[in-house]
Amino acid sequence: MLIGKPPDIPSSAITPRDQYLNRRRFLRGAVSGVVAAGVASLGAERLAELFEPRLAALAGTKLETVKSPLTTTGEPLTSYEALTTYNNFYEFGVQKSDPAQNAGGLPTRPWTVRVDGKVKKPLTFDIDALLKLRPLEDRVYRHRCVEGWSMVIPWVGYSLSEFIKQCEPLSTAKYVQFLSYYDKKVEKWSTDQAIYWPYSEGLRMDEAMHPLALFTFGLYSQVLPNQNGAPVRVVVPWKYGFKSAKSIVAVRFLEKQPPTTWNDQSSSEYGFYSNVNPNVDHPRWSQKTERRIGQPFYAQRRTTLMFNGYGDQVASLYNGMDLRRYF
Amino acid sequence: MNRSTLILLKLLTWLACLWPLGLLVFGAATNTLGADPTARITFATGSTTLNLLTISLAITPVRRLVPELTWLVKFRRLLGLFAFFYASLHLLTYVALYAGFDLRAMAADIAKRRYITMGLAAWLLLLPLAATSTHWAIRKMGGKRWNRLHKLVYVAAVCGVIHYWWQVKPGVLAPMNITVILGVLLLARPALAWNQRRRLRVA
Repeated sequence: MLIGKPPDIPSSAITPRDQYLNRRRFLRGAVSGVVAAGVASLGAERLAELFEPRLAALAGTKLETVKSPLTTTGEPLTSYEALTTYNNFYEFGVQKSDPAQNAGGLPTRPWTVRVDGKVKKPLTFDIDALLKLRPLEDRVYRHRCVEGWSMVIPWVGYSLSEFIKQCEPLSTAKYVQFLSYYDKKVEKWSTDQAIYWPYSEGLRMDEAMHPLALFTFGLYSQVLPNQNGAPVRVVVPWKYGFKSAKSIVAVRFLEKQPPTTWNDQSSSEYGFYSNVNPNVDHPRWSQKTERRIGQPFYAQRRTTLMFNGYGDQVASLYNGMDLRRYF
Repeated sequence: MNRSTLILLKLLTWLACLWPLGLLVFGAATNTLGADPTARITFATGSTTLNLLTISLAITPVRRLVPELTWLVKFRRLLGLFAFFYASLHLLTYVALYAGFDLRAMAADIAKRRYITMGLAAWLLLLPLAATSTHWAIRKMGGKRWNRLHKLVYVAAVCGVIHYWWQVKPGVLAPMNITVILGVLLLARPALAWNQRRRLRVA
């Protein structure tokens, strides 16, 4: 099947230009001049597969999606370029541009998500099964980083609750923990930081079951680029971005609140809840305003909204809680 | 060193020092400062300040170790003034792009946020050094007093590095390199002085 006639290429398999250029950049680094001739004869795509079959990745592949009533309307989207070159993914370096350059080696296939803890029985889900579990919805959400910047992102996924139902958690499960992929060899930049890996995040069960919490596989109707947390991540739009764990390999249902990465690093700065809240400053900066990514440098900062503007939907989760204490 | 070589080297130093600013201006003009231009400008001006301060602090130890390079001292003022220039741009970035010239917000930041307090302290320490950088000021103050005043540069550099550490997230070790280099340069002074005294005693 190596030398057969060229198969017809369905439009869904055509690599979008951005991704193609990304791969080109990867190739430029990985392939020395010696094999430059090979590039010409084999074609760049094929060569990438020869070198690293797992890199025959799907990032950028078009996804079948449906509309969602839970999408946020009325705000211009942050560009694909900005979404995919301005990332916090510390396993691949701390500069915002690092993940786009370094995350090429993240092996997104084969990929499984292990489920254990307080569940009927431990399960393992294959990524391709997860992609088919529910119809994938286009959902635009505001995204607010704890550092004081924000984006508007057209995610693709379905409510996390749909996945959790499949996990059959026991009634004793009060929290859910997400563990990110970790391999020091693939993510060699991770050791530049004094951070305990793998990245861990968590939600209270009722937060995780809220329909806005999104089990996420794509953006801009395409498969997630690696730097955005491929192949599967969560997105919790009313919380600071770091709560939304990327590249999830394990989901654990627990009776007690799990340890979470940034909360462990500095509990006075990063609370377990970390709901977007303009009234509670980060100890080192104000959270009253934010700058929207993609704006020119002289643009006015915008006012940060309580629960990132999703208060009508989620405020009731926190009835009676002192959000200054449980920040 | 002859005059024309000196002029040429000074010219090159000017160009090198203006390079980071040139990149920012070019990026702003062509709209290629990336997704977050404000953060880019802040980081570029801040790190250039620390780099230039560090290079200027390397001159004295290098002269001590390699007497042939004594002429390097002719570049110290230029580097120091450029460090102050970038520190001022860095401060201006905060005032204009982060605080939006809001005096109340700035006062609150300075009172509450220790990394901002520390950064401002570093800039305030550099200010009198920049102001007394002329030959006229040296003559007027007398070399001894002038020298004593300009020891403040050590404090300013340390404040700058602390400012950097307090700004990054806990666990991020990006400021490590500049901290180690600066540490070595500051410790080199007493170490070299001690070594010299020892040699004199032996002789």
